[in-house]
Formats: sequence, structure tokens, C-alpha cells
Amino acid sequence: MAHFDENAKPFSQKWLDERLAVSTLKRVLSTEYWIPKNINFLWAMGMVLAATFGLLLVSGIMLLMYYKPDVNLAFDSVNYTIMSEVGYGWLWRHIHGVGASVVFLIIYIHMFVGIYYGSYKRGRELIWLSGMLLFVTFSAEAFSGYMLPWGQMSYWAGMVITNLFSGGSLEAYGLVEWIRGDYVPGDAFLTRFFMLHVLLLPLVIIGLIVLHFGTLRIPHVNNQDGEEFDFEEAAELYKAGKVKESKVIPFNPVFLSKDVFVMGIYFIFFFYLVFYHFEFAMDPVNFDPADGLKTPPHIYPEWYFLWSYEILRPFSKDLGLIAFAIAQVIFFMLPFLDKSPNVAPASRRGLFKYWFWIMLVDMIILTFMGKLPPQGIWNTIGLVAALLFFALWIALPIITKLEKKL
Amino acid sequence: MADNTKGRRDFMGMALGGFTALGGIGALYAMKRTWDPLPSVKAAGFTTIDVSAAQENVLNVEKWRGKPIFVLKKSKDMKPDDRDVIVGSDRFLVAVGLCTHLGCIPAYAADEHKFKCACHGGEFDASGHQIFGPPPSPLEIPPFKVEGTKVVLGEEGPEYKKMKEAGLTA
Amino acid sequence: MKELKIFGIVAAFTLLLYWGVEPFAHSKMHKHVEGHDFVYNGTADIEEAEAKGKQEVAEAKKKFWADVEKISKLKGDVAAGEAAFATCLGCHTGQPINMGGVIPPKLDHAGALYDKKYLIALIKDPAMASNVDHKYKDTSTHPMGSIKMMMGGDQQIADVVAYIKAKKAAEVTPKEAYEEACGRCHAMRYMKWTQLGETPKFKYEKDALAYKIKVLDEQDAVKKYMGKLPPDLSIIIRARSEHFLETFVENPQSQLPGTSMPRVGLTKEGYEKVKAYLEESGDPSKPKREALGPWVLLFFFIFTILAYLWKKSVWKGHH
Repeated sequence: MAHFDENAKPFSQKWLDERLAVSTLKRVLSTEYWIPKNINFLWAMGMVLAATFGLLLVSGIMLLMYYKPDVNLAFDSVNYTIMSEVGYGWLWRHIHGVGASVVFLIIYIHMFVGIYYGSYKRGRELIWLSGMLLFVTFSAEAFSGYMLPWGQMSYWAGMVITNLFSGGSLEAYGLVEWIRGDYVPGDAFLTRFFMLHVLLLPLVIIGLIVLHFGTLRIPHVNNQDGEEFDFEEAAELYKAGKVKESKVIPFNPVFLSKDVFVMGIYFIFFFYLVFYHFEFAMDPVNFDPADGLKTPPHIYPEWYFLWSYEILRPFSKDLGLIAFAIAQVIFFMLPFLDKSPNVAPASRRGLFKYWFWIMLVDMIILTFMGKLPPQGIWNTIGLVAALLFFALWIALPIITKLEKKL
Repeated sequence: MADNTKGRRDFMGMALGGFTALGGIGALYAMKRTWDPLPSVKAAGFTTIDVSAAQENVLNVEKWRGKPIFVLKKSKDMKPDDRDVIVGSDRFLVAVGLCTHLGCIPAYAADEHKFKCACHGGEFDASGHQIFGPPPSPLEIPPFKVEGTKVVLGEEGPEYKKMKEAGLTA
Repeated sequence: MKELKIFGIVAAFTLLLYWGVEPFAHSKMHKHVEGHDFVYNGTADIEEAEAKGKQEVAEAKKKFWADVEKISKLKGDVAAGEAAFATCLGCHTGQPINMGGVIPPKLDHAGALYDKKYLIALIKDPAMASNVDHKYKDTSTHPMGSIKMMMGGDQQIADVVAYIKAKKAAEVTPKEAYEEACGRCHAMRYMKWTQLGETPKFKYEKDALAYKIKVLDEQDAVKKYMGKLPPDLSIIIRARSEHFLETFVENPQSQLPGTSMPRVGLTKEGYEKVKAYLEESGDPSKPKREALGPWVLLFFFIFTILAYLWKKSVWKGHH
């Protein structure tokens, strides 16, 4: 057993250090967690995401008190009880609905920042992979949450997405029924997706967030020039008081102060949406109660799933499913498909610069086409954009291999 | 780092922290409101009982705010009491039907004019006074208001207020 | 500054994304329907018939609405109208009694709720006025079709409408507007409203169930007449866009061709009242949102300024 100072007062610094190593923890995770100085506000997206997750968690807990996961009660428990009876119930619901949508906007920005600055490479592969796992889990969380109000969009999204698991010509309808617990999305389906949404998936997300933070600590975050330098040396310089010359800053309070400022701007945007522009996140169609005998004239996923939905659409059933499945996992492969030795912003990386912007624009086009009615010219554009998406991934190892070492 | 810059840094940090705490209090208030009983629950906290058809010495059990309410029309041979609710020329016992010992529902023995609690043997007379066993106080009288031949539970009428001031309701 | 440039790029892509999935996609999904500002002169009806290539119907409608125009120019006599109005009360009793499909609406505020020309048209030919003539082989088979036989000519129609406009035009509450204009076909469960009216409270389950059966019977009757049960309107205000509701109420055929929902003929003010009630039921948080919103935004505004000052003081000497 380690040595304990008998005279240390309970809960004094020393007492806590001997039991919990608080000073060490504080140093390692906060005051001497070194962050490069040459970063821009895009590096605050992680904290913005953490804050949004916090808002989702708190508003979700409030909603849980009156939500009823039962096909006969769910719709009115949300739209009547919570929206018109529960004190501030409408506020929690609007925060939750808007938060679920905006969190994906920030995730996508976060991802494309990582791609642009090469932050998934050389020692940072696990940051990327754990981040992608978070993306996938958030997608599942968003989808399961979308089921809960049990409106028309909930029901039909549940129907369509679970049908994907039939595997096209494999016709694995047994699996589909197993997922649903019924022949169609019904009470069993709603209750199990409720469980996923409020317990299992949030647990996984919290675990993954810890992992994601953990993967950052040793390789340190990237910087906007992709510059490699000795963190130890820079830290010594900082600690010696040469803050101007040092290339690093401590996470707390220096980096944090910038994070908080960015978060402030983000919150203005976020609450503007919550109070004045929430409709985009709360589809009107979902204010019609679920009706298993009537499909709405237009069904489409929430905007953040549209690009992958569009990859499914222009192909035949089996091919579409394969394309869809590849699109879901291809981003995981990024650190291994990028063969370039450079960690640098895309603007300095030759052909990759074009790859990045074409990929971004292509995904935006896919998103647009995913929502438009599948007819005429939209179909053609969708097909071209989907093919381009795959062409870009095939081209990636080739163009990065050709890249010159900087 | 010079001392004065550090002082200013701390001041701004604390100003921000204090202001954030203010917002936190606002959020806590909203959460407290979410936890409050719903308006529909509160609106349902009133029960109107029509006693015009009540029969003497027949216990009528009503429900008010989830609790059983004893309504007993007193017969001539029962002793009048200050706790009686007078509707027209009739006297009634109107009381929460939960034993004041540990909350069981006493049964009415009509022939003995007594309420007997099965849990620990407590007994109350037809005016709700404890007459035997562990109950420490008489059966509680809920807030009521007499309106013609009706008694509205949940609302404090003048008769109830008078009783309450005299300390007779519990 | 570099950060502002980066912010500009992020914002531009975000806005582009928003534009594509919201206004642009929705403009392609929903056909554009022109509103007519609650003026009822048959223009849309005639165009619809012409678009469907039904020349004969279009001609009949032209003639019908020209007649309506003519009657609207006649000077109505309120006193004479009162006598004729007694005919209306034979069916419009204000009691929940189904007559030929639905319960005839109360006319207590008809003058305030409905448009003058619409009322004239309705009395002249109910099926044509409400633009549901496609439902009947002969427009006189409309449940109110017999009114044609009961009215003694154009002057009398002008008189009755003059009476309604003068004497049945008291200030109407949003609830009354909903009850009279919509409430006999559309239930509103969040307001405890069924086709039979406001659901009373029952002490005994037996009575509640008996009432429920009466409601189901009435719903069956409405369903039989309309083809399907008209939807509950509890939160229709959030399920449809403002533009949809407005143009739909003005002329249901414009948004749902072939629908059996009749045109109700609300004036702009009448529609605003109905809308206010739909909001009360389906979006009651609107006033609370509007009251709290500015304060929350102000809070984060000050928060951001303080955060900026903190950041500045912390970063002093770092560059």
C-alpha cells in the first residue's frame, strides 16, 4: 500500500491527491494538456459538439418524464401533453428536435475540417476511427429518436429503413421481422427503439466520446499548417513564461477561453433556430399520426441522411443496397486510402485539393437530389453524383500516391 | 506574466462564470416547472358530490385527488358534532377515508355506527373521532364548499374555513 | 482576417445546404397554388373545369357565377329577409341532428364568418358554391339542394343574405368560428371536441361509453357522406403550411383535386378566427416562445461578449 499522510485534512489538496491524484489529473487533462497555438475556430467544433450533446441529454431527460412509448399514446404524449401541458415542455422538445439536426451539421463540419487538414493521418488514425464510430452511433441515435413521436414520417421511415435489412434479393424478411418484433413497425418496435434511444445508444455514445477524447491525448490535435513540432520542447518554453515564442497553449484556460467564445456564437445561432426557425428540424408530415395504411406523398429522411439515401436510390435494388452499404463504411477507410506522406491542409496538397472540394460539392448535390422527387433530370443528376462519389474513392489512393512530399 | 494581467483575466473569467450561473438558474427554473403537476391534474383536483339522494347511515365513498372520501348522512340517533357538514337540514360526515394511524381505509360497521380499521384495530365514531386504538387524531376533513345540495371538494368554503380556524379539520 | 474568411466559407456552404433541402426541394415537391384573398367569384372553379377539358361544366359555372354577381348587386331588404330566414332555421336548428350526411351548421355568426357572394351562391346552388358539384349527378341532390325550391327568386336570396349580413354578424370568438365553420365534420381531440360538440364529463363509465357510441354513429354518418372521416384538426396547424391551409380553406379542390370537402366560404376575418383556434389547440406555445425568445438570445449575446473579453484577457501576450 502506498504511503498516506495521516495528518492530511479530509478533502484537502493533499488528501485528494493521495486518493485520486487530482493534481496530476488536472495537469494531464487541463493545465498541461498542450494544444498547438496556430489553430482557428474550426478546432472548437469538438467542444461545440460536446455542448450540443449536453443540451440533447438535458432536454431528453426532461422529455422522458412525460413521453409514453406506446403506439396508442406516443403521438399525443408528445404533441399534446409535452407540447401544451408540461411546463416548458415545448422548449425541451424544440431544443431536442433542433439539437438533433444541428448536431449533424457540426459533425459534418468537424469531419470535413479533419479531412481538409489531414487530421486523420500519421498517429491520428484512431481519432478518426473513433470519430466515425461516433458518427454512426449518432446516426442510429437520431434514427431511433425519430421513431418516438410516432407520426407518419416516423412510421414510414421505420418501415423503409428496417426493410433495408432484408438485403435485397436475399429476402431476409425473417431478420426484418426480428428487428421489428412484429410484421410491421408496431408496439414492440416502438418500445425497443425507445430503449435504444434512451439507454443503450446513449451509453455507447458516452463511452465513445471518452474514447475519442482519449485518442486525442497522446498524438495531440493537429494544427492548421499540419506542422510537426516537439510538444515537450514547446511546453517547456511556455512554462518558462515565453508564451509568445511557444508554439503551444494549455487547454485550460487558454484554449478553453476561445472554445467558450465560439460556443457563445454557436448558442446564439442555436437558440435563434429553437425559437424562430424550428420547422426545418420538425417535419410537418410528422405531425400527422402514424397510419400504416397510407404512405405520405413524399417521404424522405432527415437532411443529414439524404446523401447516403440518394446513393441507394438511382440503382437497382441489390446494387443500390451494396452501394448504400459501402457509402456507410467507406469513410472509415480514409486514413488507409490516403497514401500521401503529407499532413497538410488540402490547399497545399496538389490533386487532393480538388478531390476535397469535389467530394464536398458532390455530397451536397447528393443531399439535394435525395430530397427532390425521384423523377426526370433529378434522377440523372443523382445517378451521376452517386457514380462520382465512388469514382472519387477509387481515385483517392492513386492521386495521393502521386502526391509529392512537401 | 504580470500580476495585473492575471487579475484582469480572473475578473473576466469570474464575470463570465457568474453570468453563466445566472443562465443556469433560469434553466433550473424551467426544469422545476417541468416537474410541477400538470394543469390538467390541478384542474381535476375538484370533485362535486350531490348529497340530495343520500340515505341515512349508508356510507358513500367518493374519490377526490386519488383518495377515498367518506360521505355519511347522519341519522337522528347519532350525536351532532362541530365537525358535521350541514347541507340544508341534514348533517353529514365528510372526511378523508384514510386511517390517521398509517393510512389504511377503515370499513364502516353500520349497525355499530363505527369505522373500524383492519390494519391495526383503530376505530372512529360516526363523527370521525378516534375512539379506540392507535389513531392519533380524527379522520381528516378535506377542503369543501357547500353549494345548494352539492358539496364541492377541493375548494375552501366559509364553513370549512371556520372549522379550520377552530382546529377541527384534522 | 483569415478566420472570418474561413467562417464565410462554412456559412456559405451551410446556407447553400439549407436552401437546397428546404425552400428549393419543397418548391419542387408541392405545386404552387395561387391564393385569391378570400374573394369568391368562381374564377378558380371555371379554370379547373376548363383545365380538365369539361367545357360544358365550365359554361354552367360561368353562368352560375355571373348570376351570383348579378344578385349581389341587388339591394336586399333586411326585414323581408328575416321572414325568409325562418326557412333556414328548419334545418339549421343548432341541435346536433344529422340531416342527409352531416349536422347542419349553426348560423348564429354566419354574417360575420362567411362572404356575401359565397352566401348568395350557396343559397342559389349549394353544390356549385362549395365547388363539390362533381360529387352529385344533379346538384339538387346535395343535402341542402332543396333550398333552390324553397327560395322565391333572386330578390329573396338577396334579402336573406342582407338579413344574415346585418343581424347575424356579431363578434365571433375563435372557438365559435371553429364550431360553426368546421366542427361538424372535423373533430379536435385536444379540445375535447367531436362532431357532436364538446364532450361532456360523465361520472359513470357506462354513460361515457353510451356517448361515445353516439359519436361513433355520427362519425359513421359523416364518413358515409364524405367518403372518409375528415381528419381530426388538433394539430393541423403544424402538420400543414400556412399557405396550404389558407388556399385549402379558400378552395379545397385547389390543393386536393377531387376532395369531398366543400368550400366553406370564410371571409378573411373569419379564416383568421378559425386559424386562431387551430393555433390554440395545435401550437399553444407560440406566445410563450415569442415572449421567452428575445431574453434567451439576449442572454447568449451578453454571454458571447463576456466570453470574448475573457478570451482576450487570457490570450494577452500570446501573439
